Amino acid sequence: MSASLLQFVVLLGVMAALVVPVGNWLYGVATGQKDTALERLTYRVIGINPRERMDWKRYGLAIVVSNLVMLLLAYLLIRLQGALPWNPAGLAAQSPDLAWNTVVSFMTNTNWQAYSGEQSLSYFSQMAVITTFMFTSAATGFAAALAFMRGLAGRDGTNLGNFWVDVTRLIYRVLLPVCFGLALVFVWQGMPQTLGAYANATTLEGAAQRIALGPVASLESIKHVGTNGGGFFSMNAAHPFENPTPLTNALHILSMLLLPSALTYVFGRMLGNLKQGWVIFGGMLVMFVGFLGTVYSFEQAGNPILSKLGAEQAITATQAGGNMEGKEVRFGIAQTSLFATTTTAATTGSVDSMHDSYTGMGGFVPMLQMMLNNVFGGKGVGFINFVQYLVLGVFIAGLMVGRTPEFLGKKIEAKEVKLTMLAVLAHPLSILGFTALACVLPGALNSLNNPGPHGFSEILYAYTSGTANNGSAFAGLSANTFFYNLTIGLSMLMGRYLTLLPMLAVAGMLAAKRRVPAGSGTLPTDTALFGALTVFVILIVGALTFLPALTLGPVADHLQMLRGVVLK
Amino acid sequence: MTTAPQPKQSIFSPELVRGAVRASFAKLSPRDQARNPVMFVVYLGTALTAYLTVANLVTGKPWGYELAITLLLLLTVLFANFAEGMAEARGKAQAASLRSAREDVKARRLVNGQEELVAGTALERGDLVVVEAGEMIPADGEIVEGLASVDESAITGESAPVIREAGTDHSGVTGGTKVLSDRIVIQITSGAGESFLDRMIALVEGASRQKTPNEIALSILLSGLTLIFLLAVVTLYPFTVYAGAPASAVTLIALLVCLIPTTIGGLLPAIGIAGMDRALQANVIAKSGKAVEVAGDVDVLLLDKTGTITIGNRMATKFHPLPGVTEAELAKAALLSSLADPTPEGKSIVALARQLGVDAPEPAGAEFIEFTAQTRMSGVDFPGTSIRKGAGSRISALAQERGGQLPPELAAITDEVSRQGATPLTVIENDRLLGVVALSDIIKPGIRERFEQLRRMGLRTVMITGDNPLTAEAIAKEAGVDGFLAEATPEDKMEMIKQEQASGKLVAMMGDGTNDAPALAQADVGLAMNSGTQAAKEAGNMVDLDSDPTKLLEVVEIGKGLLITRGALTTFSIANDVAKYFAILPALFVTAYPQLGVLNVMGLHSPTSAVLSAVIFNALIIPVLIPLALRGVPYQPMSAGALLNRNLLVYGGGGILVPFIAIKLIDLLIGGLMS
Repeated sequence: MSASLLQFVVLLGVMAALVVPVGNWLYGVATGQKDTALERLTYRVIGINPRERMDWKRYGLAIVVSNLVMLLLAYLLIRLQGALPWNPAGLAAQSPDLAWNTVVSFMTNTNWQAYSGEQSLSYFSQMAVITTFMFTSAATGFAAALAFMRGLAGRDGTNLGNFWVDVTRLIYRVLLPVCFGLALVFVWQGMPQTLGAYANATTLEGAAQRIALGPVASLESIKHVGTNGGGFFSMNAAHPFENPTPLTNALHILSMLLLPSALTYVFGRMLGNLKQGWVIFGGMLVMFVGFLGTVYSFEQAGNPILSKLGAEQAITATQAGGNMEGKEVRFGIAQTSLFATTTTAATTGSVDSMHDSYTGMGGFVPMLQMMLNNVFGGKGVGFINFVQYLVLGVFIAGLMVGRTPEFLGKKIEAKEVKLTMLAVLAHPLSILGFTALACVLPGALNSLNNPGPHGFSEILYAYTSGTANNGSAFAGLSANTFFYNLTIGLSMLMGRYLTLLPMLAVAGMLAAKRRVPAGSGTLPTDTALFGALTVFVILIVGALTFLPALTLGPVADHLQMLRGVVLK
Repeated sequence: MTTAPQPKQSIFSPELVRGAVRASFAKLSPRDQARNPVMFVVYLGTALTAYLTVANLVTGKPWGYELAITLLLLLTVLFANFAEGMAEARGKAQAASLRSAREDVKARRLVNGQEELVAGTALERGDLVVVEAGEMIPADGEIVEGLASVDESAITGESAPVIREAGTDHSGVTGGTKVLSDRIVIQITSGAGESFLDRMIALVEGASRQKTPNEIALSILLSGLTLIFLLAVVTLYPFTVYAGAPASAVTLIALLVCLIPTTIGGLLPAIGIAGMDRALQANVIAKSGKAVEVAGDVDVLLLDKTGTITIGNRMATKFHPLPGVTEAELAKAALLSSLADPTPEGKSIVALARQLGVDAPEPAGAEFIEFTAQTRMSGVDFPGTSIRKGAGSRISALAQERGGQLPPELAAITDEVSRQGATPLTVIENDRLLGVVALSDIIKPGIRERFEQLRRMGLRTVMITGDNPLTAEAIAKEAGVDGFLAEATPEDKMEMIKQEQASGKLVAMMGDGTNDAPALAQADVGLAMNSGTQAAKEAGNMVDLDSDPTKLLEVVEIGKGLLITRGALTTFSIANDVAKYFAILPALFVTAYPQLGVLNVMGLHSPTSAVLSAVIFNALIIPVLIPLALRGVPYQPMSAGALLNRNLLVYGGGGILVPFIAIKLIDLLIGGLMS
């Protein structure tokens, strides 16, 4: 118990300590005036003007168009992989619906994998599509967050920055160097990094075994720094080649939180009000710790059904105890809980355990975090989502101080409220809408492994993961069907663009407004009280929407387990 | 401040309630309901449950529960209508009592120089009417000829008559007030049904009421929440189908109505109208709901010194004799020159002299010399003596004319008096300069604390005065205002407003003169005095019937109270959802998953009683909160952070707790009835 606590404190402490240096570095990248030679060359090659100032419409259009072009290109590459090089296993093309799901998944930084990487994608596809998207989709998200911040901080609605410059700089100056360094550490820790053929081995029993290899370390680093989550192998970060040691596990966790947590500091610097950034960071951290505590305590408490079968789940000198079903012994309950909380908070989607095997309430947390999608949140979108609730909080609370609501000195009026509500609506619409559809559409339930509340959780988790652009799977759901490939793909698009674009518009509109100077009568948004209020709004508006569904899924599941009911 | 003439109504006086009940049913038309998206969903839900009740009745299925839900939902809609009806009825009653004064007044209309007697209601804009002492002014207008003292107590409650004169900044008269002396000719500025009061009544009534910008934004937020909860409830049906025990449509509709923000949705129109009602109670006619709302946002108040910061008139506070003159000598001369002086300044000199023990009877054959703009001095002449008092430069000139000496100390004394914020009045007897009387502005008691409060609220106060900068600064310091504009011309005021607005601030000001009109129009809140000119009243977005300069402060508080009420009830309404979930969800799911019974934390009697209790609470909370909506959450002058802290605790915390207790109590009652 105290050992677990120590791990949490150390890891979160390191994460918090990195916020300022990483934040300063990102701020420099976001606001620097100079281009490097490589960047200038890149701009010349793709033919863009790096000094172009974009308003929110132009910036949003650049996001949509660039994503669309990449989507089409990636679709072609995956469909044609049989005819392309670096395909030592001779893998054929994915089916059209699976290919759609795959490319949408990676373009939206979801990294939902309805396929097994080692059995479905060639090395070329893994690198040209998967790994490339891991950089571009992450950079796109972070770029959008930077533009969003510029809008909120700015006085000029016509200048939210330049999308091409943001993406290029984020890739060249942030993602590539960090990932390169991290990949070397990973190789040192034992991860494979090869373009060679799969290894053939003879097991102790004398059977022949084919062991999948590949450029794993390079993918692993960007997978987490870019909060992507798509694994090289189907087992993802539970696979010993993806996550060989507790150190790599800890590094995975830290790299997931590295950029999302630092964004709060970048925001503070852009505003010239560091306190505002820290209040956002604090709100996120408080929720994170609460959720972590929930997962950990329920998983450590174990499963009474297993106890009845004679499984030892108490903490003893020789073992960590708790519900170890679906978990790796080398990580134990603490690191697994931390990983699960982090991967769903930062909406990465990698897993080092099977969330399907958690207790009901243990699985409740990952789902709720993805539904909220703002506890740090991944690739900048989480930050935008948090601010979206901040705007709602400002609107309601601002009235309570006797002024029409203003945020950062800008009046929040009908237009901004409309767009913010549209963004808030996107998650329930996609998650609840598609889950409901799957519940009644004939055939959709055939994909379930389990009946009852647990089966319901599997569907709910799938759409939640897709919408939050998380990509982790609850497992248990055979998602590679036409219906799920199509609808989960749609949910990823809704989750990403229906929140990102409206909020970008809000930022652009606010930037164009006249700033009202703050006084003692204006609502202070950089106080602990306001941070608490925002968390309150997130939990009331964000969480209550999903409470009925969560009750029918994980809550009912957990209570059923406590009653000792075994799934048939 | 003067008191309003209308008797204070209790919120639920029988007469108002009767009108509001009638309105509750009249507003059931779909057209009225569609104006309010949240309540429209309840309205549609009611229709749906009514249909399901009838369907069950026809097919012989049980229908009691369905009927109960239908009636409760209908009640919810009616309560919301009632709230709006109450607010309208109150506004109308207040306006009507103001308007009643002018009914049945005959007017003497001038047509080509000939008088004709017509009904007051027949007057049109531009008509000229004659009013003489003892007659009622038939309609709002502006004096074009003559001067009269007018009793405006019917409108303002102030019994002292006021002077209204053509061609001055006090040329505006209001219908229903009474001329006490003299004869005036008035040009009617608003025909029947067009006066400010009529316009305000129309605003209070539904017809011409437009939603204010913040009301629109809040409506959008509430509609968005409604959509989200609609989604959450509609998808529940497939979820329960999956779980093997499909939820009943009636219960789902009940859940939906409980979750959507009906409390604030139902009270929102009432809150807006009540804001205008409260303005009217303060004898301020708002020309739009927006004006009241904006008042809450004001950052800078431009306040006229006289009447707002200082008591209307200067008072003599000290005698400063020149060397060789005793204080008593100076006091006596000043006293003699002021005995026949009817102005408050003159009277204050007499009072001060008597305080010092100096007194003298009025000398025989005394002739009082009145102050005029030309001479800029007043005084008294009686055989052998001529005393004058007036501005230093003027009296010095007079001394030289009379061949007297100019003592060098005079300039030092006048400067010192000015620096202290007082006006120096030099006194001369024949050719001998005696000294200076200091006339000081008397700061209103309590005004300093009031400004202190305003500062904590984040408002800046700027004093506007015609005084010289030296005097202005001294008074500004003493009164504790944040800034001042000395020797202010209307152009200066305008410039100042524009400057403040350019830096993003909202400005409120009060004015009465025609030359104030541009500034009144430019200001975000322009409060025109009713005694002011028509141009000023047209330019401002509010009219103060009392013509009381401190009213601006009240208007700001009314605006803030309106916004706080909206925010508080929204927070309360949303926070209520937690308890409602805990009441209804277990009831809804317990058939499919009996283990979810543990979520019934309130220990409600049965699924049916749980749903009914939640719906009953949801309906009843609307009338319970009507008094709060109408009176408004009182605004406490404190910093925004402290206000947020307090209101969040009361309305957020209370919003979570109250329904848990109330639903449990209602359930105990229902459970008792059922068993």
